[in-house]
Amino acid sequence: MKRKGQTWEFTSRPVILGSAAVVGPDEGKGPLSPDFDYIYDNLEINEKTWEKAERRLLEQASQLAIIKSELTKEQLQFFVGGDLMNQIISSTFAARKLGVPYLGVFGACSTSMESLALAALLVDTGAADYVMAGTVSHNCTAEKQFRYPTEYGSQKPPTAQYTVTGAGCGVLGRSGTGPRVTRATIGKIMDLGIKDPFNMGGAMAPAAADTLRSHFRDTGLTPGYYDLIVTGDLASVGLPITKELLHNEGLNMEETVFDDCGLLIYDREKQKYVNAGGSGCGCSAAVTYSHIMKRMIKGELKKVLVVATGALLSPLSYQQGESIPCIAHAVALEMEG
Amino acid sequence: MPANTKSRGVQSRLDSLTHEEYKSIAQKHEPSRTTFKNCVLAFLVGGLICEIGQLIQAALMSWFDMTEKQAASPTVALLIIISIILTSMGLYDKIAQYAGAGTAVPVTGFANSMCSAALEHKAEGFVLGVGANMFKLAGSVIVFGVVAAFFVGLIYAIFGLQGVLHP
Repeated sequence: MKRKGQTWEFTSRPVILGSAAVVGPDEGKGPLSPDFDYIYDNLEINEKTWEKAERRLLEQASQLAIIKSELTKEQLQFFVGGDLMNQIISSTFAARKLGVPYLGVFGACSTSMESLALAALLVDTGAADYVMAGTVSHNCTAEKQFRYPTEYGSQKPPTAQYTVTGAGCGVLGRSGTGPRVTRATIGKIMDLGIKDPFNMGGAMAPAAADTLRSHFRDTGLTPGYYDLIVTGDLASVGLPITKELLHNEGLNMEETVFDDCGLLIYDREKQKYVNAGGSGCGCSAAVTYSHIMKRMIKGELKKVLVVATGALLSPLSYQQGESIPCIAHAVALEMEG
Repeated sequence: MPANTKSRGVQSRLDSLTHEEYKSIAQKHEPSRTTFKNCVLAFLVGGLICEIGQLIQAALMSWFDMTEKQAASPTVALLIIISIILTSMGLYDKIAQYAGAGTAVPVTGFANSMCSAALEHKAEGFVLGVGANMFKLAGSVIVFGVVAAFFVGLIYAIFGLQGVLHP
């Protein structure tokens, strides 16, 4: 591993041997539904509580990812995971079932790429042969913890986002075939004073811009190097802001396809209730570990940069009048040849 | 390599951006809120709920020979039951997305806030879940309702006796 600035260059290029995404009904109605490994037709995910539902998504995604990577869970040396719940309970309870040495991480919605970057680092530095990274979110647990009860009738503004019900997991190994993790840029906390928890895209946009800027500065690459650059959950408000911020930095995002997982996962014309688009750590995880992986394996995409964005707020900090600190972590995925 | 990273390139725009400058950039990309439409919908739906209440009261008065005063409490109870049924069926929040204050302000909104909190926290048991959280949202309505009533009562006690409110 070579480090330059905030960026790790993984010299051994760890391989994503297998990955899986399990989602809920709203994501199943979206345009990416053919790519998901399993779609539940009910938000309860056949469980009695929202928390158990969220846990089950991650358990299932992790099992499928292990099967698809043609390994057994005994071969996995570490599981790096996190979620949005207090004390990251969903990952912890899923790890209890897995019985694999576990590193719990929290980066709000950026957890998907934070965990993947750390997993790649473990493999690249020789600390492990096989590591799984994964994360999950559920619309109703997020509403319950961060906003209002699910059935409470409050009007959401058009800048609001809809937390994705879904989990995504990927298993990394030293060698094999599949997309390779080539670099990761670890972000800094950015906070430009946005306080509105119904405008996460606006709050997170500077973090995405800062991480992207750092990535290109550290690597010397240009946006055109990648076939696709996706942000995690900036949605319809945050993505154009990031584009403008990057334009001001002299980075031309027109060179590449610049999109957002929160916009890809839903059909906003038909699914009006998602407002600005999807959010949650399940958003970037489910899109990356299904749709993007599949497109890479098919050969449609060769080089992809995923920039998962996270709003690190708590209901407590928001109620005490604090603004929303945000972060973004970028991971580069490349196909050989 | 902090020195190295710092010396790179010119002072960028992102580093020097103030909160106000960023706010103006961000606001350009925010969809405008449809305040006028929201007000009209709130007025219509809120009015409709009150109209339904009026109909129930009139029905109770004509069918059960109640006086206006006697019919008031069962009317409120029926509206609350309707609101709770709609909340439990997962419909109230969907109506509220369009109606806004129209469904929040009447008594149905109060019932929804209690019912939704009770449903949500059923998983944590009846005492620590339902009991402790039922007034999570409605609690402040009651607190400030009582506080407001106290001050109104105070004003009434001072001025009302002198015939200001009751000329």
